[in-house]
Amino acid sequence: MTGILAACIAALARLASGASVRCVDDRPCRGQCIFFANHCSHLDFVVLWSVLPKDLRARTRPVAAKDYWEADRLRRYAATRVFRAVLIDRQGGSLGQLRAQMDQLIEALDAGDSLIIFPEGTRGSGLEIGPFKSGLDYLARQRPNVDLVPVHLHNLYRIMPKGEFLPVPQLSCVSFGPPLRLQEGGSKAAFLVRAREAVESLKQ
Amino acid sequence: MISDVLDRELLWLVGGVLGVLVVASIVGAILAGRVTSDSERATVANLNARIRAWWVMSVVSAIALLTRGVGSVLLFALTSFFALREFITLVPTRHGDHRTLLWVFFVVMPVQYWLVWSDWYGLFAIFIPVFAFLLLPTRNAIAGDTERFLERTATIQWALMICVYCVSYAPALLTLHIKGYENANGKLLLFLVIVVETSDVFQYVWGKLFGRHRIAPTVSPNKTWEGFLGGIATATLIGTGLWWVTPFTPWQAALMSLLITLMGFAGGLTMSAIKRDRGVKDFGTLIPGHGGVLDRIDSLCFAAPVFFHFTRYFFGP
Repeated sequence: MTGILAACIAALARLASGASVRCVDDRPCRGQCIFFANHCSHLDFVVLWSVLPKDLRARTRPVAAKDYWEADRLRRYAATRVFRAVLIDRQGGSLGQLRAQMDQLIEALDAGDSLIIFPEGTRGSGLEIGPFKSGLDYLARQRPNVDLVPVHLHNLYRIMPKGEFLPVPQLSCVSFGPPLRLQEGGSKAAFLVRAREAVESLKQ
Repeated sequence: MISDVLDRELLWLVGGVLGVLVVASIVGAILAGRVTSDSERATVANLNARIRAWWVMSVVSAIALLTRGVGSVLLFALTSFFALREFITLVPTRHGDHRTLLWVFFVVMPVQYWLVWSDWYGLFAIFIPVFAFLLLPTRNAIAGDTERFLERTATIQWALMICVYCVSYAPALLTLHIKGYENANGKLLLFLVIVVETSDVFQYVWGKLFGRHRIAPTVSPNKTWEGFLGGIATATLIGTGLWWVTPFTPWQAALMSLLITLMGFAGGLTMSAIKRDRGVKDFGTLIPGHGGVLDRIDSLCFAAPVFFHFTRYFFGP
């Protein structure tokens, strides 16, 4: 039942977003990945998730904000059953709470799932990509065997800008770049800049 | 009720189109086996992609046509949807246009096709040029973003006129009341589409084979006088040869075909200028070998309304 629902939602998301897929790297995403992308629309993770091949999609969990997705029953059902989102509490800022968030993600990775994350932390205007938060670096260091795949989402902010509830159908493009590697001994800041540039470079 | 004789003509027409495609596919396959250089290979691969896409488009159109009105109206409504989506993607709308665009997609466009379906000519002809024309800038003004206001509003209106209003004239042919041609209008629609598209195809073929002198090099390097004259002459001849499915005499069919092909050329040229302006080669990627939906129907957008009004004025009620 949820499988059929997921397929329907994926088809609907592809229709609304007219998404075409561009793989800059010839190698299709194999194995376990962390997809990290720019964030500027509520459609972002749904569209990224919907363009993945079906078997990969079933094993890929978006990371989303708990306060938003647990606001009502419908959203909670969609988040937990359909998308199998990893819901994290973004309210807390203490070190212990941050560690708890990261543990949730590590747990999902250890279960063999892939993740979709938006390292900017919040939706931007769509014109520029904001600085990346350090969670990505942490995950990369903790689980170095997982591929870090940069993804650029093009035009979704025009299809459904911040604060709107219905999408205006347009064409969008999801670009997958070659996986990023941690550099031995590189600093956290340098890695985050490099990761952001990897997404930026996929802009057409 | 549709009489047997007329139905048979329609079947002949559809069968003829499919027959031409069979021949085209065979020619394409032979050419593919005979190419030597890389550039030839690319041209023939593109040609074959186009022929395959023609198969899909023809079969879909045939099914739509054989289901009478509903299928055709739905098919063109969908075509409008895809075309409008491609167009809006390319133009610089802003967040302030969002709600206006929701009106365009989810109210104006469906209402326009409902008007076609319900055969309400009086409102069909003015709904977008009068009512939507005034509604949209008002909604946009309420949104409050004045940056490049006129440019944005005008662009949205233009998109609506081309992708919805003009395209909706094609299925509106089904609603024309022509004496002695009752319930046969499906063939008139097919006549329009065949003439428009053969004109496109033969302009391409003549241009590829003999094209030397460019008509508007800054707009489209592929449009040549040789392609233009050869394509228009060929399509007009084909249209004339199809007079028996129309309410026209052979001479009238020739003039109508000429009108359709000239308008089609104007459409192709104008849309090329827009693509140049926006810095893209194609409007989209939905139809392999052709580009986007709008790349395929650019000629039809210009030909359909003019053909409709000429037919209505001279042969209508």
